[in-house]
Amino acid sequence: MKILVCISKTPDTTAKIAFTEGNTKFDENGVQWIINPYDEWYALVRAIELKEKDPNAFIHLVTVGSADAEPIIRKALALGGDEAIRIDSNSNDSFYVAKQIAAIAKEGNYDIIFTGKETIDYNSASIGSMLSALLDMPFVSLANEFNYNGNIATVKREIEGGEETCEVNLPVVISCQKGMAEQRIPNMRGIMAARTKPLKVVSPVEATATTSIKKFDTPPAKSGVKLVDPANMDELVRLLKEEAKVI
Amino acid sequence: MVLVYIDQADQQIKKSSLEAMSYGAAIAKQLGCEVAALVLGTVQDNLADLGKNGAQKVYHLKNESLNALDVKSYSTLIATAAKNANATVVVFAHNINGKAIAPAVAVKLEAGLVTGASSLPNTENGFVVTKTVFSGKAFASIQMETPIKVIAINQNSFGVVAYENTATVEEINIPIPTPSIKITKVDKVVGEIPLTEASLVVSGGRGLKGPEHWGILLDLAKALGAATACSRPVSDSDWRPHHEHVGQTGIQIAPNLYIAIGISGAIQHLAGVNRSKTIVVINKDPEAPFFKAADYGVIGDAFEVVPALTAAVLKSKAAN
Ligand SMILES: Cc1cc2nc3c(=O)[nH]c(=O)nc-3n(C[C@H](O)[C@H](O)[C@H](O)COP(=O)(O)OP(=O)(O)OC[C@H]3O[C@@H](n4cnc5c(N)ncnc54)[C@H](O)[C@@H]3O)c2cc1C
Repeated sequence: MKILVCISKTPDTTAKIAFTEGNTKFDENGVQWIINPYDEWYALVRAIELKEKDPNAFIHLVTVGSADAEPIIRKALALGGDEAIRIDSNSNDSFYVAKQIAAIAKEGNYDIIFTGKETIDYNSASIGSMLSALLDMPFVSLANEFNYNGNIATVKREIEGGEETCEVNLPVVISCQKGMAEQRIPNMRGIMAARTKPLKVVSPVEATATTSIKKFDTPPAKSGVKLVDPANMDELVRLLKEEAKVI
Repeated sequence: MVLVYIDQADQQIKKSSLEAMSYGAAIAKQLGCEVAALVLGTVQDNLADLGKNGAQKVYHLKNESLNALDVKSYSTLIATAAKNANATVVVFAHNINGKAIAPAVAVKLEAGLVTGASSLPNTENGFVVTKTVFSGKAFASIQMETPIKVIAINQNSFGVVAYENTATVEEINIPIPTPSIKITKVDKVVGEIPLTEASLVVSGGRGLKGPEHWGILLDLAKALGAATACSRPVSDSDWRPHHEHVGQTGIQIAPNLYIAIGISGAIQHLAGVNRSKTIVVINKDPEAPFFKAADYGVIGDAFEVVPALTAAVLKSKAAN
């Protein structure tokens, strides 16, 4: 079973979100980088859990990013990937990124392609769906359980107002969310092993970005909290009705 | 032509799709072109009524086999319908289905894509759409460079707009691809308002001390007609189901009213709720960071404040 896990580098969840160069660039000053939580906690760890049950499985990691993404990839290898591929490009256009990953996926003939449900920086939630279209594979989004038996995968996914279980033939693209796997932290043995695991760097294939970021803005700050006496909830109801007009 | 994909759950058109319809109609007006809706599957609603949200025409691919999401066949059908209609803009709601389908449709149409859009396009100089990024902590203005554009609009950001039209409904025929997935089991949560569609949300954190204390929160939600949510440690401890977990690593919501009870307001929690129009925080600690992000605050013990608030809501409803 060949599993490909897409890994993205994102700012830490507590990072200060600020912009430079006339609000056209994210200010990376002092920012700590992490593996996008959905990619790590759910996509990667589920792949590792599957490999633990199936000795014939192996896990390749792929990221689109410049050399400064390597610590993140090493951490993913330390958690349990077998080999990693870094496509050397800094694009943040989803289509461009998906084209790059699709090229790797075609070459590697993977049975399962896992992505996180979205990244916590650009929140586009697009790569999995785009990959499925580029590779002409089925796509199951927002999966919270995944198993396979032979060539058939059983996936539980979130739907509007509930959950649905479905069966799908491999190969398949899956976007992963909470429920897929138990969070893990890398251990010393994993960290040591990761140092010598293969990390291949490849050049991007020809692709055209379809969008570009013109500028960033931050939302206006709240004007300040209005405190209401805990003994006077009628007043809070009045404010919500007459001032905020939300109930 | 602007084409709006109208999405359904249980054969009923979703509120987020009516919002997408209104948004698509506004784009069409801006571009001076026609706007149509596209419905897949069988729905119980009267499709001509989509005119009340701005549709001039409704294309309906009526087939029961299309009532459950299958991204591979949906995206093929929607892309074909968009080509047949000469659509230059295709609009989706950025909801569970829209997130899954829109990117695949964009690939099939060789279209630029903006998901999580939060504004109408600016067409003065090109075609620029604003979207939320960094989990609601910022906005990015995205220039779309392709002849066809696919946009998925954030829920509760544009609003459902009323129009006086009725739309003409046209049944269309596109060969339906073989299904790529087989659904074997459906578990619906009955009687609950889906969190992402709710305009009022009551949410609880670790301050409620345990699942056995959720009754006061549920009573308030019921009195308001609100959906319920929770912080991450609450769902991690299985006090509440995972689908209620909001925040940076849960779901992001933007209701008109978010009431946070016994939630400290950690940055990762705020990332999921900071686009709410009005935020009320109930916390016994005056130093809780959430107060900085709130519009209204009550410093007090949730076990006293929440039942009192429920009583006040019911009293006000009875008086109307
Ligand atoms: C990578 C990462 C991702 C994360 N993602 C998320 C996420 O998506 N969503 C999320 O919610 N968290 C997330 N977290 C966790 C987050 O950092 C906080 O730990 C969490 O939000 C705290 O939950 P809480 O407010 O319920 O609990 P606490 O922080 O323990 O706060 C409880 C609050 O209740 C108040 N309280 C106690 N008793 C009462 C009472 N009787 N009446 C009124 N108030 C009372 C206290 O004053 C306190 O403010 C994430 C963390 C990390 C590191």
